[in-house]
Amino acid sequence: MNHLELPSYLDQSDMVKDRFNRMKKRPVTLQVKNLCKEFDTPQGKVTALKNINFETYKREFVCVIGPSGCGKSTLIRILAGLETHSSGDVLLDGETFSGPGPDRGMVFQGYTLFPWLTVKDNVMFGLEMSGHSKASCEEQAFQWIDLVGLSKFAKSYPHQLSGGMKQRVAIARALANQPRILLMDEPFGALDAQTRSKMQSYLHEIWKNIDVTILFITHDLDEAVYLADRVLVLKANPGEVQEVIEVPVPHPRSPDQLLNPEFLATRKRLEELIHPPVEDTGIKEDNLNMVRMVRVDSEVESVF
Amino acid sequence: MMIISKLFSAGKKLDAKERIAFSIFSFFLPLLIWSLISYVPFIWHPKVEVSVPGDVSYFKEGLLIDREVFDREVETAIKNSKSIPMGVPANPVYLPAPHEVATAMFSAFTTEPKRRNEKWLHESLWDSIQVIFWGFLISSLFGVPLGILAGTYDVFAKLFEPFIEFFRYLPAPAFGALAVAVLGIYDAPKIAIIFIGTFFQQVLVISNTTRKLDPALLEAAMTLGAKRISLLFRVVVPGIITHLYKDLRLLLGWAWTYLIVAELIGTSSGITWFITQQARYKNFDNVFAAIIIIGIIGLTTDLILAAAGRRIFPWEKNQAQA
Ligand SMILES: Nc1ncnc2c1ncn2[C@@H]1O[C@H](COP(=O)(O)OP(=O)(O)O)[C@@H](O)[C@H]1O
Ligand SMILES: [Mg+2]
Repeated sequence: MNHLELPSYLDQSDMVKDRFNRMKKRPVTLQVKNLCKEFDTPQGKVTALKNINFETYKREFVCVIGPSGCGKSTLIRILAGLETHSSGDVLLDGETFSGPGPDRGMVFQGYTLFPWLTVKDNVMFGLEMSGHSKASCEEQAFQWIDLVGLSKFAKSYPHQLSGGMKQRVAIARALANQPRILLMDEPFGALDAQTRSKMQSYLHEIWKNIDVTILFITHDLDEAVYLADRVLVLKANPGEVQEVIEVPVPHPRSPDQLLNPEFLATRKRLEELIHPPVEDTGIKEDNLNMVRMVRVDSEVESVF
Repeated sequence: MMIISKLFSAGKKLDAKERIAFSIFSFFLPLLIWSLISYVPFIWHPKVEVSVPGDVSYFKEGLLIDREVFDREVETAIKNSKSIPMGVPANPVYLPAPHEVATAMFSAFTTEPKRRNEKWLHESLWDSIQVIFWGFLISSLFGVPLGILAGTYDVFAKLFEPFIEFFRYLPAPAFGALAVAVLGIYDAPKIAIIFIGTFFQQVLVISNTTRKLDPALLEAAMTLGAKRISLLFRVVVPGIITHLYKDLRLLLGWAWTYLIVAELIGTSSGITWFITQQARYKNFDNVFAAIIIIGIIGLTTDLILAAAGRRIFPWEKNQAQA
């Protein structure tokens, strides 16, 4: 891959540039200003997030990427209202909020479907909470279930579904409330590669057809480039914004683009940011204390 | 070797046939031991049942006598060339043979009580079941909501649990005299003992069960707009209900263990009255029959409740194996 002559990830075609210009004229959905978060632990204060600043535009798809433990989950949980922040401001459509609410939908990595409810009842849950009539709840629920292609499973219980199907129900359940922003914390992290790429296409289809802004956390570089308009790159200890990358890959996205020069260039940049070129990690190949443990009379003496 | 490694693989479920076989065997094994002791003359049998008294003055046909005493009398008879007594090895009267108990399980129901104001066995049993039912129901009426509240809100946990932790160490039977003084001598104090024996454990067991609910489900519900009351009734309660149901089944078993003590309080009643009465007449076959009937009622109730649970909670995938 290194032998290929790649363009800079900053180079954008006119079409892509134009799209970004139009996007930035849209209203801001979510604004995060100087957000800080400290945890009190028995070992003292831990700064999980430090001076996070960014905004998302209406109907934008933003991915947040960063090494494990850099505070991605903490960030999204603050946005969902499941965690308080230590300082700074979070504004949704210009207003502050406190605590969780149906205007911010959340999809967790662990599905978190209610096991005692059928698919339909799971999707209806939020609608019932906001006081819709039973009939209207049902009607809307069926629409959302149809949208994620699970009409046949409306009466199934979660334990009868595969991981991908469960996550589609979770998405339908969150969207049924018609949230202004959909927060997703590594939602496909537990899925196998094939299901995962299918789910990515599904999600894109849904996003295109629905009036919703998506903030999507992942640690998978390809996933971030494939899905996002912009990628927010965090670094760890403390969690800070390293760079906000405008993905130069044109829309509509398809898996064929995985080998496009723009795609590869963006991916390479992410790679550099997240796995910086060899720092002293304390483990070097040549100081691993390796002893040959193959018997002399082994049938396969060498793996080469 | 194959079979051994198959039967003893940790954490693995046996297949359906083997499970049934072993379940039957778990009843068969004690029955086998009991039968061996009862029917094989040279196993145990510390007594001799006299069949021919011979010339021993105090021997009567059917008398149970220690083997050493019998042997001594036989020797004496031989020495004095008197007529020799005969007898067969027997077990003590308190260990009736399986077939005697089996017969008693029917005859106990069909035997008219000795006095007219006394109750038939099935009436006694029905009394016991009612005491259990009311004791357990009243306990659950308070214990379940308190347990759920304590498991959900830390305030309630800190408010109730320390005292309950203390109280549950106080033995329920110790309150017998007090219960009689307050509630009279009939069923009320008995129900109170069942209540005291069950309630405090119940609150703690259920609050623990409630605490095991996956907090992510609560978080998910909150992001969907669920607030306090709906969080409690639409998430916490349905989220723990299958475990709660299992807890209640277990606690019902404990309630039965308090029954005998409870029924001795005030005027002895129910199955306990039957058992003490029969023991007094040395009808140990009836005593065993009554004890086994309690076991059968308990196990049957539990099996019925388990089957009902599978119907009520169709989402519970593991219950089929429970
Ligand atoms: N409840 C908590 N209490 C204390 N420390 C926490 C808590 N939650 C997260 N942290 C710490 O904050 C940092 C960020 O965690 P997290 O947001 O889960 O990272 P990520 O999702 O990016 O892997 C980690 O160092 C973690 O140990
Ligand atoms: Mg995380």
